[in-house]
Amino acid sequence: MRKYIFKRVIAAILTVWVLITVVFFLVRLMPGDPFTNPKLTPEVRENMESYYGFDKPLIVQYGNYMVNLIKGDFGYSMKFTNKTVANIIGETFPFSADLGIRALVLAVSFGLVLGIVSARNRGKGIDFFCVIVAVLGTSIPDFIMGAVLQYGFGIKWGLLPVARYEGIEYTILPACALAFYTLASVSRIMRASMLEVASQDYIKTARSKGLGEFRITAKHQIRNAIMPVMTVMGPTVASVLTGTFVIESIFAIPGMGKHYVDSVSNNDYSMVLGMTLFYGVFLIFCNLVVDILYGVADPRVRIGER
Amino acid sequence: MAENDNILEMKNVVYSFHTYGGEVKAVRDVSFAVRKGEILGIVGESGCGKSVTAQCIMRLNPEPPGFFEGGEILFDGKNVLKMSNKELRKLRGQDIGFVFQDPMTSLNPTMRVGAQIEEVFLGRTDVTKKEVKEKALEIMRLVGISDVEKRYKQYPHELSGGMKQRVMIAIALVSRPGLVICDEPTTSLDVTIEAQILDLLLELRDKLGMSIIMITHDLGVIARMCDRVIVMYGGKIVEKGTVQEIFYDTAHPYTKGLIGSIAKLDTKKGERLQSIEGTPPDLFFPPKGCPFAARCEYAMDVCKDEPPYQYKLTDEHFTNCWLQNEYAPDTDMKKDNAVAIEAKKEGEVKADE
Amino acid sequence: MAELKKESFVIKGKDNIRMESISRPSLSFWQDAWRRLKKNKAAMFGLSLIIFYALLSIFAPMFSQYTQSQMDVNARSQMMSSAHWLGTDSTGRDLWVRIWMGGRVSLSIGLIAAVVNMCVGAVIGGFCGFYGGKLDMIVMRIVDILYGIPSLIITILVVMVLGKGIAPLIIAMCVVGWIGTCRFVRGEVYRIKEQDFVLAAKVLGIPDFKIIVKHIIPNILGMLITNLCMAIPGAIFQEAFLSYVGLGVTPPNCSWGVICKEGIAYLRNSPHQVLIPAFFVCTTMLALNLLGNGLRDAVDPKLRGTE
Repeated sequence: MRKYIFKRVIAAILTVWVLITVVFFLVRLMPGDPFTNPKLTPEVRENMESYYGFDKPLIVQYGNYMVNLIKGDFGYSMKFTNKTVANIIGETFPFSADLGIRALVLAVSFGLVLGIVSARNRGKGIDFFCVIVAVLGTSIPDFIMGAVLQYGFGIKWGLLPVARYEGIEYTILPACALAFYTLASVSRIMRASMLEVASQDYIKTARSKGLGEFRITAKHQIRNAIMPVMTVMGPTVASVLTGTFVIESIFAIPGMGKHYVDSVSNNDYSMVLGMTLFYGVFLIFCNLVVDILYGVADPRVRIGER
Repeated sequence: MAENDNILEMKNVVYSFHTYGGEVKAVRDVSFAVRKGEILGIVGESGCGKSVTAQCIMRLNPEPPGFFEGGEILFDGKNVLKMSNKELRKLRGQDIGFVFQDPMTSLNPTMRVGAQIEEVFLGRTDVTKKEVKEKALEIMRLVGISDVEKRYKQYPHELSGGMKQRVMIAIALVSRPGLVICDEPTTSLDVTIEAQILDLLLELRDKLGMSIIMITHDLGVIARMCDRVIVMYGGKIVEKGTVQEIFYDTAHPYTKGLIGSIAKLDTKKGERLQSIEGTPPDLFFPPKGCPFAARCEYAMDVCKDEPPYQYKLTDEHFTNCWLQNEYAPDTDMKKDNAVAIEAKKEGEVKADE
Repeated sequence: MAELKKESFVIKGKDNIRMESISRPSLSFWQDAWRRLKKNKAAMFGLSLIIFYALLSIFAPMFSQYTQSQMDVNARSQMMSSAHWLGTDSTGRDLWVRIWMGGRVSLSIGLIAAVVNMCVGAVIGGFCGFYGGKLDMIVMRIVDILYGIPSLIITILVVMVLGKGIAPLIIAMCVVGWIGTCRFVRGEVYRIKEQDFVLAAKVLGIPDFKIIVKHIIPNILGMLITNLCMAIPGAIFQEAFLSYVGLGVTPPNCSWGVICKEGIAYLRNSPHQVLIPAFFVCTTMLALNLLGNGLRDAVDPKLRGTE
């Protein structure tokens, strides 16, 4: 187990390093920068460039960049000169994380339940319903879901607040919009996996032991069926968090996503890069956690690596 | 034989599956009995319905698509087909043990071995947790697992194939059932391991005195283990009798074919083993007459059109073959003492099937 | 029970015809797959809808009096009418034309990105899987690391380097999009390569090229086509997301994602500006998903009905 975790951690660190390096060199390739403003005199420009360290040799820049990142310094926003990228991330990330976690919990728990219920009642009405939900869910992008929910529940029927993030009732619509796609795909995988496991020999063994259906489903079927769901948890976390970007801008939530979209249109690329990098590292970290949990859950992985 | 000597009786069982392609008649009118303490072999090639027969005794086939079309199964005089869920669970957990064909896939990969054995006692109030663990360890020792305390805590993938099959046998035996059904228990094992497992089963039978139904396609296993044999083909019993009678007094061409296809000590170098040409019948559309007629070297016109009567040769030896009929020509199959059994009594095969 | 006649008791022996009887007609793999697909109503519905949308995208804008950028200040945010079949947007542009011009962009980006990803992934994955060795090891290490980085991050970065537009968008989606196919194909090729029929072909001295064409490709083609069909909605989705964030298609071009984004600002007063493009995005995704599911069932009957 220790060796397995160690290997995963090393791989994650390596991945982060590659990501940072790629980002660094891509930045130098990027066309247009925030100093191409025609109002700036060449003198001011030069000052700014030296302030941001663009006049030093590439390798020195790379070294500084690494050192700064390790210190948690993602640089300064080029538009809001008084704020660091880290400041802004610090202010906005809690909103995104809150929304993301709510949506994730909603999606995974309901997705699993739906998949299990559906597989247990294969071919019946409820199964049909679940399959429909799954197909529809995976066909509706989250920003469309957001807009539709906002229009229906917020504007047309006035049941729930339309925008901002000031209390539990504010979180319902964005979390649902964000969760729906993931919920559908989790339920789909879980259903397929449940049916796959149901035909395994060890389910028959369990039945031959005189166990009740409940025990067989809970202890033997679900326990094994959940493995494939865990393998896609990494990408799932990524897709939910990506979704926060658009959902936030639809529901006017002051999270990272809103700043991100603004920064893109402002060409504030130290901001965009800082956020992208933060987001990338965060996702790699999530993947690492998922990998380790997977190792804990599946004895074959846990001991096979010993 | 007195009635209460039989631990299990199958009477005219017909079992089918609903599939996309139509109804598959997997077991077509099968009747036999298992006596206390004996080892009964069921032999036949793949797809002849032997596994389905074995599993329908404990109603392990998924229902639906599987369903009983007729017949009854009596275990200790009680009809399995009419049991409530609770009775059925007791039957599976305590009265009958089942050893599956493939130990590699028959153990839950995410559960410790010990827990899987102990699960048999789940829901029983007459034993304490400690007793259950003791029973589990004891049965593990009994089936020849070494270092039981360590194995108890291991996961299936840490064990070898033979060891896994021992665990499967332990699961089947831990509640000391009166009957153990072994569905090709050695097919997926190495030959050396196979011998060990078979010896173990014989030894356990002597120690614990249970009956065993041994399902196999290997006549070698039958000769080594069994007291009586049932030969199945195309979902029907074609011949049954003691091991002696089946091997030395063969009365059905299919049995003869099976025996001819195994290598013997006196098979000469260069001599070819006989094979039974052709493929088993399509159970979507079972043939009207004898299922083996198309591949039978003795086939007659009557075989294609009429399902054969059952003929009694001795008290134990029965065969379903027209060659025993008084009109049939003399062949090495034909026995002088064959008596056709009245259609109503046991062996009549429904003509409209 | 019928009377038994003595003359029917004459030994005739084996029946060579019935003995090997195969009661069902034999079909080639592709015939069989196509037959199963045709039977699947949902998949056929999906296929028809996709073709229908593709045709409309090609022809609808040609036969309209409007163009996608033509603004009509007198007809802003109008509902559906005979002049503007699907209404107009906030600057008075005709939505019918914009939807199908956007459809051209969205569908072709989805298709091109998915096809390029499949080809690149299949070639690299197939090569690594078939030849193995050091090259395979190096490529796979790189793939593993790239796989660890969320693909969207790389796509965003590449778009930022190349600038906004349709071509950069496709390139950006292809930089990492092939990795999934590559891993899948490598795994499959590796598995098939180890099977006895390939070994038999090798022993017979059949050249590698012929083995690949005759044995390996036919065995993975079905799964590849299914994957392709499943990848198109993913690519459309990604395009919509990037356009939505502002990193995608730029005016005068538009895509379904752009139209949705433009409409969301006017959700309160003229919801049709979002709901109409949303309808087309969703039905396209639905159609592709249904077709993909149907294809998967058709080429791999083992998985039938499990999903």
